[in-house]
Amino acid sequence: MATINSIQEDIIEDFGMLDGDMEMTIGYVMELGAKLPELPVEYQTDENIVKGCQSKVWLHAKMEDDKVVYQADSNTAITKGLVSLLVRILTNQTPDDILNADLFFHEKIGMNRFIGTQRSNGFKAMIKQMQIYALAMKAKIN
Amino acid sequence: MVDAAIDIEAIRKQFPILHQEVNGKPLVYFDNAATSQKPQCVIDALTHYYNTDNANIHRGIHTLAERATTAFEDTRITVAKFLNANEVEEIIFTKGTTEGINLVAATFGRKFINEGDEIIVSALEHHSNIVPWQILCEEKGAVLKVIPVNEKGELIFDEYVKLLSDKTKLVSVNYISNALGTINPVKEIITEAHKVGAKVLIDAAQAAPHVKMDVKALDCDFLAFSAHKVYGPTGVGALYGKRALLEAMPPYQGGGEMIKDVSFSGTTYNDIPYKFEAGTPNIGEVIAFKSAIDFVEDLGQENIARYEVELMAYANDLLKDVDGFTPVGTADKKASVISFLIDGVHPFDLGQLLDAKGIAVRTGHHCAQPLMEFFDIEGTVRASFSVYNTKEEIKYFVDSLKAVIKMFK
Repeated sequence: MATINSIQEDIIEDFGMLDGDMEMTIGYVMELGAKLPELPVEYQTDENIVKGCQSKVWLHAKMEDDKVVYQADSNTAITKGLVSLLVRILTNQTPDDILNADLFFHEKIGMNRFIGTQRSNGFKAMIKQMQIYALAMKAKIN
Repeated sequence: MVDAAIDIEAIRKQFPILHQEVNGKPLVYFDNAATSQKPQCVIDALTHYYNTDNANIHRGIHTLAERATTAFEDTRITVAKFLNANEVEEIIFTKGTTEGINLVAATFGRKFINEGDEIIVSALEHHSNIVPWQILCEEKGAVLKVIPVNEKGELIFDEYVKLLSDKTKLVSVNYISNALGTINPVKEIITEAHKVGAKVLIDAAQAAPHVKMDVKALDCDFLAFSAHKVYGPTGVGALYGKRALLEAMPPYQGGGEMIKDVSFSGTTYNDIPYKFEAGTPNIGEVIAFKSAIDFVEDLGQENIARYEVELMAYANDLLKDVDGFTPVGTADKKASVISFLIDGVHPFDLGQLLDAKGIAVRTGHHCAQPLMEFFDIEGTVRASFSVYNTKEEIKYFVDSLKAVIKMFK
C-alpha cells in the first residue's frame, strides 16, 4: 500500500522530468486531469463545491474499508489536474493519515510558480475540504 | 495637429518593462485595460522627485518644499489642460477613479441626494461605479436605476431617456466600458440628463488613454480618471468638477490641508480644490503623473487613437479564423478591448496557458458582474491594446491561441 509520502515522492519525480518548463508542466497537469475518473452528475451539486476556489471544484468523499475514497471534478482543465493530484495522494488512506498528512509535493514541484496566487489559495481550500471530509469519516468510525 | 505616424520602435524603447522574457518567451503585454506600463520619463520623474525634491507641499517655506509644491501644482495645470477644464481649481487629486466616484457619492451625495431621488448608472459599469451609489441609495432611501444594454453590449439610448425624470438627480456612466470596450455616447447622455436638471459624472478610467477628453465640450459636471491607466503611476487620479458644484459640496475627509482655520468653537474649510485634499497626498506620483500626460500629448492623442484602431482591426481580422472564437461585446464604437470566449475552453485555462507563452491577458468578470450576468457567462478573456503593442505581437497572440485550443481537441 503506497503511503501519502511515497505517492508525493513519485509525483515530485514525474514533475522533475519536465525541467520546470511552464508550458509542458501545465500541459501535463491538464493530462492528469483528463484521466481523472468522471464524478457522477448527482455529486456535482452546490453542496459539494469547494469554497474559496475561483473555478468550480466539486469534491465528494466516501468510506471503503475504513479508507477514504475521494472523487472530484472541475469546470477548468488545469484545476481538474491539480485536484487529481490530491485525489491520487489522499484516496485509499485512513482518516487519521489524511488528517496528519504533511503535504509537501506542491512546494517541491514549484507549483506556486506555475499556478499563481489565486489558484494556490484555491488549492489550499481543496486540501482543507478533503481534511474536513476525513474528520467527518473519522467521527463516523468512532 | 501634425499627422505624424507612430514610430513604434521609438515608443517601445521608452518602456523598459517590455524588454524582458516571461516564462522563457518575450513578454506580450495585453492587459492594458487593467493598467498600462510606464515610460522612462514617468519613472525618471518619480526617482528625480525622491532623489532631489522630496518635501511636504504647500506649507513649507524652504526650497525643497517650494520645488515640490511647484511641481505638484504644475501637474494640476497640466491635468486641467488635458481635460480642457475652465479652471485649474476644478481639478482635485485623488487615489484614482474609484476614489473620485466615492468622493462625489460622499459629498455631492450627502448634500444633494434625498429620499426618493433617483440615480442612474448603466449595465456596463465597473463595480466602482455601482457600489458607491448602492451604499448612498441605502443610506438616503434613494433609488438606483440601470440603463440596459443590447446584445452587442451597447447602451439602449431610448431606455435611458425613459428612465430620466424630475426625480433623477445624478447620472453616472462610463465613457468606455472596461469589460467590453464599448464607447458610450456620453455627450448625448449628458445633454438628456441636463434637460431634467440632473448632474452627470463620467467615469473616464478607460477613456483617458484612448480618446481626447474635453469637459467643456461634453459639459459634464464631474469626470474621474486614473493616472495608472494612462502611462502614469498607480495610486493617483484626478476628479474634475464644475466650480459651482465643488463649492457647494461639503468636504470629503477631514484633516490637514482642507482647512482654513481650526478651532474647537468651529472650523472653516479651505477653498477648492484643497477642501477635498485632506492629508499629505501622493506627491511624487502626482508629479510623475504630469510626465505621463506630457508623453501622451507629445505623441498626440489622435495619433495614438488611430494606431490603436489599426491594431484592433488587425486583431479582429486574424481572430475571425480562430476555431470557436466568440467575441463578447460587438459594439459599433469600440476602443482597444477584445473580450472573448473560446468554445470548450474555460477563460482561466486560456489565460494560464497564454501566460506560459509570455502573453498577459485578463480573465474573469472584469469587476463587471452584472454585465456578465446579462450575457449569462462567468467571465471572458480580455486582450486590451496600447500604443506600444505591435501587429507582430497580435500575430503571435493569435497563433498562440490556436496552439492552446489544439490542446483541448
